Amino acid sequence: MLTRRLLSVLALTALLSPAAAFGQEGGAKKDDTGGDGVIKIVSSLPRTGSANAQTTSMVNGIKMAIAEVGGAIGSRKIVYEDWDDASPQRGNWDPAVEAQNADKAIGDPTVLAYIGTYNSGAAKISMPKLNAAGIVMVSPANTAPSLTKEGFGEANEPAVYRPSGKVNYFRVVPTDDVQGAVAADYAKEIGAKKVFVLNDREVYGKGVAGVFETRAKEIGLEVVGVEGIDPKASNYKSLVTKMKQAGADLVYFGGTTQTNAGQLAKDIVSGGLRAKLIVPDGCYEKAFIEAAGNRALEGRCFITFGGVDPKLLTGKGKEFYENYKKTYGGEPEGYAVYGYEATKVVVAAMQRLYEAGKPITRATVLEEVGRTKDFTGALGTWSFDPNGDTTNRTMSVNTVKDGDFTTVKVVN
Amino acid sequence: MTESEVFLQQVIYGLSNGMIIALVALGYTMVYGIVELINFAHGDVFTLGGFLALTIVGALGAAAIIDPGALGDTSNWLLLFGLVIGAGVFCGGLNVAIDKVVYKPLRRTPKLTQLVAAIGVSFILINVALFWGGARMEVFGGGNAAAAPKDFPELLETSNLLGEESNVMLRLEDVAILAITLPIMVALTLFVKKTRLGRGMRATAQNPVAAKLMGIDTDRVISATFLIGGFLGGAASVMWALYNNTISFQMGFRAGMDAFTAAVLGGIGSMPGAMLGGILIGLIRAMSDQYIATEWTNVVVFGVLILILVFRPSGLLGLKQREKV
Repeated sequence: MLTRRLLSVLALTALLSPAAAFGQEGGAKKDDTGGDGVIKIVSSLPRTGSANAQTTSMVNGIKMAIAEVGGAIGSRKIVYEDWDDASPQRGNWDPAVEAQNADKAIGDPTVLAYIGTYNSGAAKISMPKLNAAGIVMVSPANTAPSLTKEGFGEANEPAVYRPSGKVNYFRVVPTDDVQGAVAADYAKEIGAKKVFVLNDREVYGKGVAGVFETRAKEIGLEVVGVEGIDPKASNYKSLVTKMKQAGADLVYFGGTTQTNAGQLAKDIVSGGLRAKLIVPDGCYEKAFIEAAGNRALEGRCFITFGGVDPKLLTGKGKEFYENYKKTYGGEPEGYAVYGYEATKVVVAAMQRLYEAGKPITRATVLEEVGRTKDFTGALGTWSFDPNGDTTNRTMSVNTVKDGDFTTVKVVN
Repeated sequence: MTESEVFLQQVIYGLSNGMIIALVALGYTMVYGIVELINFAHGDVFTLGGFLALTIVGALGAAAIIDPGALGDTSNWLLLFGLVIGAGVFCGGLNVAIDKVVYKPLRRTPKLTQLVAAIGVSFILINVALFWGGARMEVFGGGNAAAAPKDFPELLETSNLLGEESNVMLRLEDVAILAITLPIMVALTLFVKKTRLGRGMRATAQNPVAAKLMGIDTDRVISATFLIGGFLGGAASVMWALYNNTISFQMGFRAGMDAFTAAVLGGIGSMPGAMLGGILIGLIRAMSDQYIATEWTNVVVFGVLILILVFRPSGLLGLKQREKV
């Protein structure tokens, strides 16, 4: 008797609890329609693995942007959460973790903006989810053109990332169709004739290497080989031999420090291949120099970057650089200013809504960020185009000297 | 480069890489032979050996780091041997300690329990390496990016032994790998064949219960096996660092996977099999990179593994059918 009764009570509780949970969710949802709860901004960037130093720098930039408005919009406090999208197993961004982060943001009604991702491959995972939920996503670092533009990736790109049909994804960094072309032009400028194009088989690396290849052919460079490397290989000595046989005098690698650019740079030297190396902005971080060692880079490696060295920034950018050094007591990594700008543009949109007396919700923030025009920030004056890309086109070519990056050319 | 030069070059690279894999594979196969445990932590013990080597190099000072050969050729060779012994003893000791603390209490539990424990140990060691990477030393980049791959300085002269004009590169490090790995393998084979402890090992591998009844101290034999397996892993980690000039907290993952494949290919439990398997994998990788495409190298390696297991389920030199994981 007793057990049966107990069972029925248990069953009843079980029945009731999802309803209770549902009710709670419904209650909290009120905030989304412009209540006076907190405004949550989250970032999803790689915290585990060698990109961590770069992320720390970006997160510092994000925090600065929030602190500059006093950490609040009107009476609503801004809460910032720093999420990791990498896992120790991969030592790099992890699709499972990125998906989890997107779901977590959607499930928390106070989250009004999502800053991320660092890797273009990771963006592919969270973009459609956040788009369906109508949350604005601003990336400080994704450069793969296919995320926003037609004709660079699969036939269904970028529509597949916009299930709602609206644009919710924005980025403050110039895309790889600019970057890859700048790299090819520079290769010709330094006298390359035969180029070997490598990629790391990720969205970003393959994309930028593809643009480089197309541009190289256009300007009359001979492409003597194209290969995708295994980013976890212990060394690339065999591949270097193959490039030597092909007579390459310049190697382009579309990849990042995390996909073994450092090892490749070393093996080009130890394998006796007399060729220059050009790599994209995924290697524009101190960890790359640390991984490759000075001797493999100095005088022979060039790194393109969608922007300029933080030291060379002017106007508001210079202010940012000075403030950063004062607040954190060190030099910012290349992407710190993009973390700052990405957040700044979101916060500025919220501020405009507040001043106009409009409610601050996911929907209004999304719309207002999209309206950003002639925004004067640390990266100069720029706007978002209808695809969500920045109109900023400044690129720089850098090399390594005495263990640090120095700019050799700025292209506007 | 002519076709034959290219081929010769790939053989050199294949052999050097293969010898390193073979050293690691020996650690897997010996432990499996004695206690039938796939020691998943072996690759990560190997990683820590590399970190110890870099720490020692860093502590010895910048002279050795900036200018290879600055200490004079002899002292650089001495440093290299010192590192091999140092990392070897460290990894051997670590392996024995792991066995005593984790595997021994689980010896009589189902194999799956031990396997899961080994995976757990592997995760712990990966994280130890991550912490170690944050050491405040110049060689670790000041410890600012703990997870970044670390540059390992050139310990030996880097010029081409075949002359600067030659298209084929043969560097001192290729020679060093052969010169260190081969004697270790010969010594190991003699040890297992000729010594009393070696006989004890073979007996324990065949039948632990009977070995115990015959008066063999099987616990001691097991400890010795972990010690030797760990030593080989430590020595391999220095070879790896010398050859690739990089160490990272994840280096044990790929090295471990290659080595485990090599051990299975050669017949797990068989020592000559592990050596043969390692060298074969090194060569297959080099040839596939050259003549197929780097994209397909992993497919080729595992394709060969599957083919061999289909036709010889116990591996190339495996003697009898064993239970596999």
